[in-house]
Amino acid sequence: MQTTSLKFRQLASQALADETLRTALGDVERIMPVIRNSALDQLENPEAWFDRASASRDRTLAELDVYLEAFEQKVQQLGGHVHWAADGTEACEIIAGICETAGARTVTKSKSMVTEEIELNAFLESRDMTVVETDLGEYIIQLRGERPSHILAPALHVTLSEVAETFHRHHDLERAAPLREPTEMLLEARAVLRDRFLSADVGITGANFLVAETGGVVIVTNEGNADLTASLPDTHIVVTGIEKVVPTLEDAGLMLRLLARSAAGQRLSTYTTLIHGPRRAEDSSGPSNFHVVLLDNGRSDMLGTQLQEMLRCIRCSACINHCPVYTAVGGHAYGSVYSGPMGAVLTPGLAGLHAAAHLPNASTFCGRCEEVCPVRIPIPKMLRYWRDREFERRMTPRSVRYGLDWWTHMNASPRIYRSLLGIAARLLRGLSSRGWITRLPGPGRAWTRYRDMPTPAGQTFQHQWRRTRGRAGES
Amino acid sequence: MNDQKNPGGAHVAVAKGKPSVALLVTCLVDLFRPAVGFAAVKLLEEAGYEVKVPEQGCCGQPNYNNGDRQGARAMARGTIERFSGYDYVVVPSGSCAGMLRIHYPALFEPGSKDQQQAEDLARRTYELTSFLYDIAGVTEVQAQLSATATYHDGCAGLREMRVRDQPRALLASVGGLEIAELSEPEVCCGFGGTFCVKYPDVSDRITEKKIADIRNTGADYLLAGDLGCLLTIGGKLHRDGSTITACHVAEVLAGMAEADSDADD
Repeated sequence: MQTTSLKFRQLASQALADETLRTALGDVERIMPVIRNSALDQLENPEAWFDRASASRDRTLAELDVYLEAFEQKVQQLGGHVHWAADGTEACEIIAGICETAGARTVTKSKSMVTEEIELNAFLESRDMTVVETDLGEYIIQLRGERPSHILAPALHVTLSEVAETFHRHHDLERAAPLREPTEMLLEARAVLRDRFLSADVGITGANFLVAETGGVVIVTNEGNADLTASLPDTHIVVTGIEKVVPTLEDAGLMLRLLARSAAGQRLSTYTTLIHGPRRAEDSSGPSNFHVVLLDNGRSDMLGTQLQEMLRCIRCSACINHCPVYTAVGGHAYGSVYSGPMGAVLTPGLAGLHAAAHLPNASTFCGRCEEVCPVRIPIPKMLRYWRDREFERRMTPRSVRYGLDWWTHMNASPRIYRSLLGIAARLLRGLSSRGWITRLPGPGRAWTRYRDMPTPAGQTFQHQWRRTRGRAGES
Repeated sequence: MNDQKNPGGAHVAVAKGKPSVALLVTCLVDLFRPAVGFAAVKLLEEAGYEVKVPEQGCCGQPNYNNGDRQGARAMARGTIERFSGYDYVVVPSGSCAGMLRIHYPALFEPGSKDQQQAEDLARRTYELTSFLYDIAGVTEVQAQLSATATYHDGCAGLREMRVRDQPRALLASVGGLEIAELSEPEVCCGFGGTFCVKYPDVSDRITEKKIADIRNTGADYLLAGDLGCLLTIGGKLHRDGSTITACHVAEVLAGMAEADSDADD
């Protein structure tokens, strides 16, 4: 998994200067919490549903191997094939192999973050196949040669006029007038994609859930593109992470209730499809070949560690939509296909801590991610877990490490601490003009670049207290 | 009475009679705004508590949040030792209170003596306004402030210490004070401890949005229960030339808000 997370600072600064991105993120921040809340309010006691969902996920993760093998067996009984991929390269090889066996020249895809994670499109293109994304957002960014900036709304960062410009450049069509209205663009993409659906040799989808009990694959979309991707070509490949399995249909129902509500404020996504194996003898249509590729790529290493709870994630994006850092800088700044709070935990797990070092630090620990998570993932705790590992491995910048060490020593004795604060108060007063400091030296510069600092209002509290209330104040 | 009120069962080293409260004043209040500490003392004494200020330092949160568990543990041990024996430990900050209540127990080996002592301290620790309202049973204060104020929920106070209704209930009793709610009172202000100096431009954008929300209320005062938030928001309000005063909720409840706003200009 490729990341550019080490450039977070620089990418974030660029993003902050992007006014159109700011508008798009403002919409996310303003609208998503409102529609999520109103959808969840329809459930009596949503918190109880969160408890049930997280307990279900924990039960599954505790015996993940058992459920995965049960799922595999069921898929085989239905006439499908299950493939196990240890990493992205292996998954790509397996998929390319299936496509080549099918003699595929054109492959359609519905939206799948796992295929972004393993960079499948580039791999298939290197094997001379044409890959067509069929989710509208994914289609737009594919034409533009970009990566998703949000796990559910991949083209969030693209404006309407940019979409029009992209379509004008890539669609070789006669038009009465240039594209202006969103509906016109939608209809144009729909018409172009319809031909692609019909001519595809292989369809690749992700999966929202895998049902161990039945061997079923659950896919939700709002565009119906996964259904066309899965059912029109003669070969259907499902690619997903090993953590997506749920024990029963009832568990899947529980997750679906929370997924659509948390993700988009919907009671249910427009299309919820349950696929069981290839076409049967009595079916009039459907693919003859059905494959499921199960990707590990670092996930099983999280099992049994403090990161295990992250595997509960159902990719609803509520944490992303509610994150003050994400809604300030957007997804591309994270430099990973998984952005926002869930991406900041997951990316170091999948790509390695060295490749993702900024991400666990780029959080204010406001805790809203944990509050809105429908499967109760303690995201701040996991970000701390990564920060602890960074500190242990001396990846934390030296200035920070020395600073913290110095602070610990200054706090070894309350007397030293009190004197230090007294000195700091005097120094700060020396820099003050009319009650405020507008320029601080050293590490304080980062503060006064954007804000002023009030001057300490006289002697420290402890000093004043000891002077006025003296010995009586001490035990 | 003191001994019964002490859930940790530690010895109480103060005179019998009033239950004892040890004030953890916090580094930021200690250094930048001692008035908040004195406001807290006033409110606690008026509520009938014997207020003590033990020798103290930082709670260790900067170390804890930057991955330095060892440093954080050292500071936690110091705090635990110095705050043992009081009926209650009250903190005029949801963030530092959350450190003691939620994070100290997580720092130590489960079942260890350190962890038991951390649990004992955690059980006795409260954020100031929730202590006044939930434990001391204070439902109104005598303060006056003829102004409109808005209230920002500090993240740790809200999510770790469950502080939301208590400060609002107490502020409602302040004579002459109108509260104009923010449209997003529960969204972070951008402080985030060391976050604000590690990613200053990202932090600034978050604060900018908070300030737009504050301005929309038309309030004269921005109130919060955490000095970290107040320094962040107040510092940017001042940089922007705003006349809105950032003030700790304790200062308003203790009737000390107007005196302090004179410090400006």
